Amino acid sequence: MQQLVDQLIQEGYFEGVPKDFVYTGFMVLVALLVLSFFVAPLAGITSWLERRVWARIQSRVGPNRVGPQGILQWLADGIKNLLKEDIIPTAADKRLFALAPYVVFVGFFATFVVIPFGSQLIVADLNIGILYLLAITSLVVVGILMAGWSSNNKWSLLGGMRSAAQIVSYEIPAGLALLTIVFAAGTLSMQGIIKAQGWAPWDWLLFYNPFTFAAFFLYFTAALAEGNRTPFDIPEAESELVAGYVTEYSGMRFLFFFFAEWGNLYVIGAIATTLFLGGWQIPPITDHPVLVGILQFIVFFLKAYLWVFVAMWVRGTLPRVRVDQLMSLCWKYMVPLSFICLLGTAAWMVIWPQGNRVASFVMFLIGVAILGLFFRRVRFQIRHAQPVLYWKPYI
Amino acid sequence: MEISALVFYLLAAITIGSAAIVAFSRNIVYSAFSLLGTFAGVAGIYVFLGADFVAGVQILIYVGGILVLILFAVMLTHRIADVQITNRSAGMIPAVVIIAVFLGLLIQSIRDTPWAKAKEIVYLPTTAAIGDFFLQHYLLPFELASLVLLAALIGAVVLSRKETKE
Repeated sequence: MQQLVDQLIQEGYFEGVPKDFVYTGFMVLVALLVLSFFVAPLAGITSWLERRVWARIQSRVGPNRVGPQGILQWLADGIKNLLKEDIIPTAADKRLFALAPYVVFVGFFATFVVIPFGSQLIVADLNIGILYLLAITSLVVVGILMAGWSSNNKWSLLGGMRSAAQIVSYEIPAGLALLTIVFAAGTLSMQGIIKAQGWAPWDWLLFYNPFTFAAFFLYFTAALAEGNRTPFDIPEAESELVAGYVTEYSGMRFLFFFFAEWGNLYVIGAIATTLFLGGWQIPPITDHPVLVGILQFIVFFLKAYLWVFVAMWVRGTLPRVRVDQLMSLCWKYMVPLSFICLLGTAAWMVIWPQGNRVASFVMFLIGVAILGLFFRRVRFQIRHAQPVLYWKPYI
Repeated sequence: MEISALVFYLLAAITIGSAAIVAFSRNIVYSAFSLLGTFAGVAGIYVFLGADFVAGVQILIYVGGILVLILFAVMLTHRIADVQITNRSAGMIPAVVIIAVFLGLLIQSIRDTPWAKAKEIVYLPTTAAIGDFFLQHYLLPFELASLVLLAALIGAVVLSRKETKE
């Protein structure tokens, strides 16, 4: 990369421009291009997959017309929304109304800077990786409040208020759960946390002790609430608030909010993978640097995408909670539990400074047992529902 | 001019420009949203000083917490668009005197400070050092600040609790 830029400078493409500018410009350009061409299809395909998955859960077919199995549906939707009229209500505050989708989008997009897709594949391995993640996502709250207020609509304002209250509340258990992992790993950097784990599941921080095991579930629940996902999607509850803070939006601006929401699902999965599930760690089977990079990326991507699928699943099966239930779940149960996790891990590290391998193995076995029970249960349910299921997923 | 200098001036412009909107805007919601630029700009300047942890905390606390609270409060007020930005309880003359005194003090301290130029910004992990300082050298101020925050928490609970009559 640097050699290429040096060569371009020597050939006189950038006469009179300081070298600093050229380097920085190229770095920013490449990072932005890579991220855009990764993030945009990711969010799009997630939107299609989500609709297909729900459809199956609800015994429907879902979008299956555009491309094989409807996989190009997201392109069609994107083009449709680009061509739509951009309506701004007369009574809306025009400047803030126009700005809000971008603020939300920046808050989501900037998280990709610190997501480690491989040992070499990261835009910037900041010293304060996790803190940066927590901080930059708070832009989303500001954007949502902006959208809610500037629409000059009661539903929008209520949705914006609900969303802000929800995100601010659930930031606390999510942050504390992440802090538990920071304790165990001893660093805030994303790559540092992955390096503190191994490729084998019992070396993952998820099984480090019972407290980190609990912190994982706390984090995932709180992250779903922060991402305004069902069962915590009261800010855009259709039955109460029309569409919440996006009620007045149309066309591309509307899409920006949902782009952020679907992309955010992947970010949740990626954070969970990095912190709890060993990130890109792979067994030492090959030395070839390119092959290792590709394998690491695949492992990381699949682990992260598994949680996107789980989130879809949850959305398809659970009913929405009420506002008061949402708040009491956060403040009366999740915050105290996450404090217990934090203090428990601290105590654990005082007793076993090097970690406890036996406990990790036991936790791993418990995890496998829970998973086994879960699958048995699912199989049982499917067998009993078979007669009424329209059991032909690919039309 | 180096690119870092350019970025610095950009950050300074964002910070000061947003602060100007905060102070002079007739619409109180614009003022509140402009605080976003001010807080983010200050965080950027922290990054320039090599204090990345402080920058992260600045965004987390000020944008994620305080700004959202301010926005809540502002959005629940009526008469958003026509706020009287001059305070009528104090006259013009005391204001001018106070501003003049503080401006003089600021200019004096800016001129008296020996501005040393850092050769290069080094991004070392500062988190552990900050933690050590809090729990060793600055333990008393740290604990005092925690006590103040605890008192504020208890105060909030007392204020928001329903009065129960026998």
